[in-house]
This record gives sequence, structure tokens and C-alpha cells, in this order.
Amino acid sequence: MLTISLAHYLTVAAILFTLGVLGIFLNRKNVIIILMSIELMLLAVNINLVSFSVYLHDMVGQVFTMFVLTVAAAEAAVGLAIIVVYFRNRGSIAVEDVNLMKG
Amino acid sequence: MILQAIAFYSFSAVAIAAGVMVIAARNPVHSVLFLILAFFNVAALFVLLGAEFLAMILVVVYVGAIAVLFLFVVMMLNINFVELRQGFLQYLPIGALIGLVLLAELVLVAGTWVLGPEMSGVVPTPEVGDRTNTEALGDILYTQYIYPFQTAGIILLVAMVGAIVLTLRVRSDVRKQRPGSQIGRKREEAVTIRKVKPGSGA
Repeated sequence: MLTISLAHYLTVAAILFTLGVLGIFLNRKNVIIILMSIELMLLAVNINLVSFSVYLHDMVGQVFTMFVLTVAAAEAAVGLAIIVVYFRNRGSIAVEDVNLMKG
Repeated sequence: MILQAIAFYSFSAVAIAAGVMVIAARNPVHSVLFLILAFFNVAALFVLLGAEFLAMILVVVYVGAIAVLFLFVVMMLNINFVELRQGFLQYLPIGALIGLVLLAELVLVAGTWVLGPEMSGVVPTPEVGDRTNTEALGDILYTQYIYPFQTAGIILLVAMVGAIVLTLRVRSDVRKQRPGSQIGRKREEAVTIRKVKPGSGA
């Protein structure tokens, strides 16, 4: 209990990942909260990668964490830009309104 | 040892509580701020693990850039968030069911996980004790993983260009200064010299 092992970190990551999935299901109308839930899930994945990397003494896991961070940053930037453009055109960001592939 | 345990439990408890508040907060601004809190605590967990460089990157990139981006977008869009909250309780049972199933699966995976016997020998880059984490990361990032690293840079460039192209708006109803045509103006186009006789107009 007092010795922190790999399983402790994996448990925290699993709980955070589940919270992210739960957030997508609960806030089905708000795109911004859905994007934040995706960030939470990517964070959980990063915890997994880093803890495995440290406990296996293998730096490659931390390298891949950097790539996950890169992709997460790119995804957040493009996603928020799409939300801004969509709001400018339609005046709403409700998910169920997003059913037309024209501007 | 006990200090490490106390630090781990407190940081992870705050991170999980902040994660709950991200999806449960009524105001999206509060959600973003709780997301920042979660990122800070996970960065502390990374420090606890010994991955200092990634912890600092997490604080700089996530808290400094992405969370502020979220904050800007939430505050810029004038949205009635109460309308968007409708159906929260309606989706709660199915969401909780799926969450529980997923969590059970993850716990099963984490509980029964064993390292394959052939994996324990294949550790390509062992950590050297007297080197810092940043040094060790840089050693393989700039040599062995140089092409993925460059590709990551290109992905960021494409994302930046894409975000600018998406949100750039050229407004035709606003009169703007055009420096190019100002500088490109010639003397011949602007000034003429005429001889004017005394007593008559130009």
C-alpha cells in the first residue's frame, strides 16, 4: 500500500480515461466539453506511457509521450478553429445541429 | 518511502477530483480551470516518476497554450450553456454503465498484466544513473527518433496553417490602409508641373 508500484499509476490512468469517456457520453451537446474530455483521455494515455517507461527503464515511452502531446496540441488547435468557424456561420455549437456538410 | 506515498495519493486524488469536475461543472470556464488543475497534478505525478522534462513540457504546452486556447474560445463564443446542459441526466445511466464496463476492463487488464519473458531482455536505451532525464531523452530523440521528431514538427506546422486558414476572415466592408500601393506610388502619377501664365488660372 505504501510502496507505490506500477499498478498504482495504471489505476490512476484508468480512472482518468474512464472519466474522459464518461464526459463524452454525459455532455453530448457541448463540443467544447467533448474536446476537453478527449484531452483528459490523452492525458491518461500519457500517464500510462510514462509509468511503463520508468518501470521498464526504457526511454522510448517518454519519446512517444512527446509525440502524443504534439498530436494532442494539433488536434486541439484545429478542433477549436473548426468550432469558431462553425459558430460564426451558424450561431450555435450544439452537436445535433452539425448535420450539414455545407457552410 | 512514506513521503512518496503521501505525495502520490494526494496528487492523484486531486487529479481525479479535477477530472470529475471537468465533466460535471455547469460553467465551461470552470471546466477549463479544472482541466488546468488536473494537468498540474499529473505533471507532479510525472515528477514523482522521474520524468521531469515531460512534466515541464506538460505545464508549458498544456497549461500555457492549450488550456488558454480553450479559455479564449469558451469566452469568445456567446453561447447559452444552460441549453447545452439539457439531457445531462438523461444520458447519465447509459454513460455510467459504459464507464463502469470500461473501468472493469481496464482494471482486469492492469491487474493481470505480466511482462513477456522475451521483453525483459530487450531494453534498448537503459537509463544511466548520473544523467538527467532531459539529457537521456534528448540523446535518443535527436538520433534514433530524428525522423519521427521532424514529422511531429511538420504536423504542428500543418495544424498551425490549418487553424489560420480556417479562422482567417477577409472583410470587404472595412476600409484598410494598403501599404503596398502607398509605397509603390510614383512621382509621375501624383504630381504634374504646368507653366501658368500670369493672370490666368491653371
